[in-house]
Amino acid sequence: MAVDKATVASIAKLAHIRVADARREALADELSNILGWIEQLSELDTSAVEPMTSVVAMRPPLRADAVSDGDRRDDVLRNAPEAMHGYFVVPKVVE
Amino acid sequence: MSGLSELTITEARDGLAKGTFSARDLVAAFIAAVEQTRPLNAFITETPEKALEMAAASDARRRAGEAGALEGIPLAVKDLFCTRDVPTTAGSHILDGFKPPYESTVTENLWRAGAVLLGKTNMDEFAMGSSNTSSYYGPVENPWRRPGDNRPLVPGGSSGGSAAAVAARCAPGAIGTDTGGSIRQPAAFTGIVGMKPTYGRCSRWGVVAFASSLDQAGPLTRTVRDTAIMLGAMAGHDPKDSTSVNRPVPDYEAALTGDVRGLKVGIPRQYRVDGMPGEIETLWQRGVEWLKAAGAEPVEVSLPHTKYALPAYYIVAPAEASSNLARYDGVRYGLRVPGATPTEMYEATRGEGFGDEVKRRVLIGTYVLSAGYYDAYYNQARKVRSLILRDFTEAFESVDVLLTPTAPSTAFAIGEKMDDPIAMYLNDVFTVPANLAGLPGISVPAALADDGLPLGLQVVGRAFDEETMLRVADVLEGAAEFAAEPAFVAGRGEAP
Repeated sequence: MAVDKATVASIAKLAHIRVADARREALADELSNILGWIEQLSELDTSAVEPMTSVVAMRPPLRADAVSDGDRRDDVLRNAPEAMHGYFVVPKVVE
Repeated sequence: MSGLSELTITEARDGLAKGTFSARDLVAAFIAAVEQTRPLNAFITETPEKALEMAAASDARRRAGEAGALEGIPLAVKDLFCTRDVPTTAGSHILDGFKPPYESTVTENLWRAGAVLLGKTNMDEFAMGSSNTSSYYGPVENPWRRPGDNRPLVPGGSSGGSAAAVAARCAPGAIGTDTGGSIRQPAAFTGIVGMKPTYGRCSRWGVVAFASSLDQAGPLTRTVRDTAIMLGAMAGHDPKDSTSVNRPVPDYEAALTGDVRGLKVGIPRQYRVDGMPGEIETLWQRGVEWLKAAGAEPVEVSLPHTKYALPAYYIVAPAEASSNLARYDGVRYGLRVPGATPTEMYEATRGEGFGDEVKRRVLIGTYVLSAGYYDAYYNQARKVRSLILRDFTEAFESVDVLLTPTAPSTAFAIGEKMDDPIAMYLNDVFTVPANLAGLPGISVPAALADDGLPLGLQVVGRAFDEETMLRVADVLEGAAEFAAEPAFVAGRGEAP
């Protein structure tokens, strides 16, 4: 599947990654090459095959829905690029 | 005390137990070796003060008669493992300034066994790469050089800093992670031992996630015995990782009996790939002869879907990465590039914070998961993964382990293979299938190629049968008698 410049722009939008316009053309080529190579998987008839969900057969473990750790607000905020009054600070969301 | 930094883990452990030297002596020697190794750029963060503190605490524990399995052994840790209050970057600009308020389970297990942190090693950004050239902190140089050629070579990747550190003898052991070959391929490129345990054997909690269904932590060391010792300390059930298995951890060192008589060693015919150098084929054959001479029986096996493993991997891994890396948005930790709205801030932060290879993979992952392509790409890859696992399951009905080359070439020069992502991806052609099937694999240095660089052989085992795999690897190591040393060895002189 060949990817064009417009597709690069739209998946970059979905992925929240700013891609400079000048880079889109080259990226379209790179992604097209990779996707073209991946395409060989379509040679295989997998109509009778179940997709893998877990590589090791095990029952997903269950645990009580209870707090096991907490009261760590300051630890968590210590890494924030910007924090104030015990909150993360972000650009204004609602006018 | 000189010469201490050339000891293996086993030798250091025995010297510490006998009281020939203290943990402080040993750690001080390795701290000096780390400094001498700086030109290789193997470390992103060195932690000498912390190492000396941990060494003093280790000596105190030993005096109190409480020595653990790795008591006093200094280790290098890939910068993908979260370490409390020590910067953790994943080799990425986007984690600028991040100091985890918690410790990964695997490193916690190592410290509980008495090990000492030397520093955090360089790596491909978010573990995406096979050459350690995608790190925001610059490429790592392999301590090996081609004879008569001083061009710097890649150490392989993504655990390239860990591999270079162990090969250069500035750490007796290191930990890395292996999503598609990121421990085994750099081990092969640097002439050391590297192993990926069975998926679920080591906890992934606190390890920066790349592709969660493939990632697995493992050791890099100079000998198979050292790997067995480290794995015993790293492994174990962890309720904080829902994919961690609740099984007893065997005594891996005790599994190294040297006896492989009667074991059946599978030789997968599909691993003879086009364009593979003849000398790798020859070395593989020599590996078969070594094991045969030790009493094992080689059996040709078929893994018919091998050629589809890499393309399936390059759907599954980027898909999982696009989801895992969604968390890096500039809000809670790491880099923030300002924007007028939250969305502009996310886009600017991720545009600047991620390098080219990470962007490529996140975009591929986003594409293959997007509406209209999900079935054709992502579901098809998961089905192919089922077929690959079935191939292995059937092969393991008639054999105990598989023997293959680790990588299709020796280390290449920094800058080579950079403009063609697919040529780079092909480095992992022999290692990726074990990740897709969750199986344990180990690379053992086996010989020097015609270009004077090390080549590795890989042993792949049954799920959760690391013991048999390690036993075979140990015999292989004994037969190969690989004693060649890299051009640069810390403690013996200036780095190149």
